Amino acid sequence: MLKPLSAYSVVWFRAGTGCDEGGQNAICRQDFSCIGHSGTIHPFMHIGRCRCAGGTRQHMTTDTDSAVELRGVTFRRGTRAIFEGIDLRIPRGQVTGIMGPSGCGKTTLLRLIAAQLKPHKGELLVNGQNLHALSRGRLFEARKQFGVLFQSGALFTDMNVFENVAFPLRVHTQLTDELIRDIVLMKLQAVGLRGAIDLMPDELSGGMKRRVALARAIALDPDILLYDEPFVGQDPIAKGVLVRLIRLLNDALGITSIVVSHDLAETASIADYLYVVGDRQVLGQGSPEELMNSGDPRILQFMQGSPDGPVPFHFNAPDYRTDLLGGNHG
Amino acid sequence: MRTRALELSVGLFILAGIAALLLLALRVSGLTLGGQDNTYTLYANFDNVAGLTTRGKVTMAGVTVGKVQKITLDHDSFMGRVELAIDKQVDNLPTDTTASIVTAGLLGEKYISLSVGGEDDVLAHNDEIYDTQSSLVLEELIGKFLMNSVNTND
Amino acid sequence: MAKHSALERLQLLGRAGIDVIGAMGRSGITLMHVLFGRRGAGTGWHLLVRQLYFVGVLSLAIIVVSGLFIGMVLALQGYTILVDFGSEQAVGQMVALTLLRELGPVVTALLFAGRAGSALTAEIGNMKSTEQLSSLEMIGVDPLKYIIAPRLWAGFISMPLLSAIFTVVGIWGGAMVAVDWLGVYEGSYWGNMIASVDFHKDVINGMIKSVVFAFVVTWIAVFQGYDCVPNSEGISRATTRTVVYASLAVLGLDFVLTALMFGDF
Repeated sequence: MLKPLSAYSVVWFRAGTGCDEGGQNAICRQDFSCIGHSGTIHPFMHIGRCRCAGGTRQHMTTDTDSAVELRGVTFRRGTRAIFEGIDLRIPRGQVTGIMGPSGCGKTTLLRLIAAQLKPHKGELLVNGQNLHALSRGRLFEARKQFGVLFQSGALFTDMNVFENVAFPLRVHTQLTDELIRDIVLMKLQAVGLRGAIDLMPDELSGGMKRRVALARAIALDPDILLYDEPFVGQDPIAKGVLVRLIRLLNDALGITSIVVSHDLAETASIADYLYVVGDRQVLGQGSPEELMNSGDPRILQFMQGSPDGPVPFHFNAPDYRTDLLGGNHG
Repeated sequence: MRTRALELSVGLFILAGIAALLLLALRVSGLTLGGQDNTYTLYANFDNVAGLTTRGKVTMAGVTVGKVQKITLDHDSFMGRVELAIDKQVDNLPTDTTASIVTAGLLGEKYISLSVGGEDDVLAHNDEIYDTQSSLVLEELIGKFLMNSVNTND
Repeated sequence: MAKHSALERLQLLGRAGIDVIGAMGRSGITLMHVLFGRRGAGTGWHLLVRQLYFVGVLSLAIIVVSGLFIGMVLALQGYTILVDFGSEQAVGQMVALTLLRELGPVVTALLFAGRAGSALTAEIGNMKSTEQLSSLEMIGVDPLKYIIAPRLWAGFISMPLLSAIFTVVGIWGGAMVAVDWLGVYEGSYWGNMIASVDFHKDVINGMIKSVVFAFVVTWIAVFQGYDCVPNSEGISRATTRTVVYASLAVLGLDFVLTALMFGDF
């Protein structure tokens, strides 16, 4: 039975066959059209993926360069506004960094994109689709196009490395055990941890956990990879490895990577485009070089790491002299 | 934990639970399966059924031959009407059988004891036991005792 | 702690009350999703079997030992009281009725809340704090169906079974003490018991209580874990709340159910 696909679905087929024409393995649903198949991602297995897109019911952005688009998004937590009417465009196929001082809401932004949180105002489109308008079941389906690397790796502690990476494959595909094993091996090879395949998560170091989590995140060949503070707390070697992996994966797989971080040097070294977020707004955007020479003092303070500036050194406090001499405390 | 061993232990656990439930049902509460088919019904009217409860036992010569099914008030005669379920095997109760409400032990439960008369005819399904002896009410006993002692003191 | 004026204290109390109601509301909505949502990806019977092992089989040890000791103590205490009235033959029915109607369901529920309930809360809370639940969502697996639902059903199924096992072991333990040690005639122990225990009134009611308790305890345990603040302090507080709320709920519901079932006055 041929399986009709909706926008940006991924199906595995043998190289030499394809989607749409002749309908060897898959066809696109009637209001969608096949925008091509990317072949032989995995040369040894001759497996490729088929992509359908379009459709009258789906909201197709005119600007197909953006993988993710935020339009006038407002998000509040309690009474505090985290974002007020921000506009962001994440271009497709590039590494985009989202940076800013602590507490500016970078992780919240990731969760908004992944539709774990709902914006109070505004629109958020992923691949032209508003995920927040979907029902719970459809939303879970739509999340297949993401891969997310969490700060702590978040491996499932009751499974070993192999099972962790195989989990998305087992859940979403009906591939045979052999194929799954081969795919897992390839993913682990890509992150350099094929030898750790039988270890349990608590036998891995922090950096290794993150790499395994990265292998799991790319298991289904997502279109968009979200990295939540990938460099935090890592030794220089691990940082170097991750930096290289992020760039390599992005170029090799032709995906969009969004890196949320406050590690300036690492992010700037691999990002094609940067957003600096703070004060509930986008403070600046551009290539890393452009931002280095920015005129905005807030951006400058962040980029140069100055301890005092628009974000002051001293937390709000009454007059020093009166405090010392007045003896109000204790 | 091996999956096989895990599944086995879960299966055993569920079996143990169900077995416990069955034990409780059959051994502890004495639930009899098959119930109502092997009994027939008799009725008896009493002046006073105080203390008798449904499921109380019905005995003859100390042997349990049935149980109390239902206790209602007879609308016309204002007597307590008791419906008895007697084992089918005990099918030769004469029509002048007496039913008395007696107490098990000093403070025990009330139950019905049957004693036979001498008639030839036998009680059948839905028949009535006419000879009945009501339960002893403590106050009446004391009253009688006082009466007697007053009388003898005259 | 800053000092609050009386008005501020009232506001805080009101806020706390609203928080509790909000939590109950969240709890109810999540329960609906868990029980009646569409079956998600990656779920299956193997999850339930696994949880039945962790929740049910691993609780057997404490349930059986407790049941045994409680049955023995009941028989012992009952005997010492009844022997003064010359009614020591009633020990059997006393032990059986106490266990069937009250101690079986209630003590099992309390032990279960302490052992399995706190373990569930801690496990789920830990998964939340290490972002495993978020990971599952991102992979496209609904954690409510994959993690929460199997644990919930495992609790619903295991607890009544554990309750029955507790009662049986208790009665048998009581028999050991009464018949073998204290010299109660074996026939009267079992005979009186069978005569006075009514299947519908005692066994079934006890099981109904057990099912209700299973629902309440497991749900509280699972929800506290799911809803907790995802750090170590939050998890420890959630675990405490599980045991406390579940125990209070069980005891309160026990009174209500007993009044409904046995209090036809």
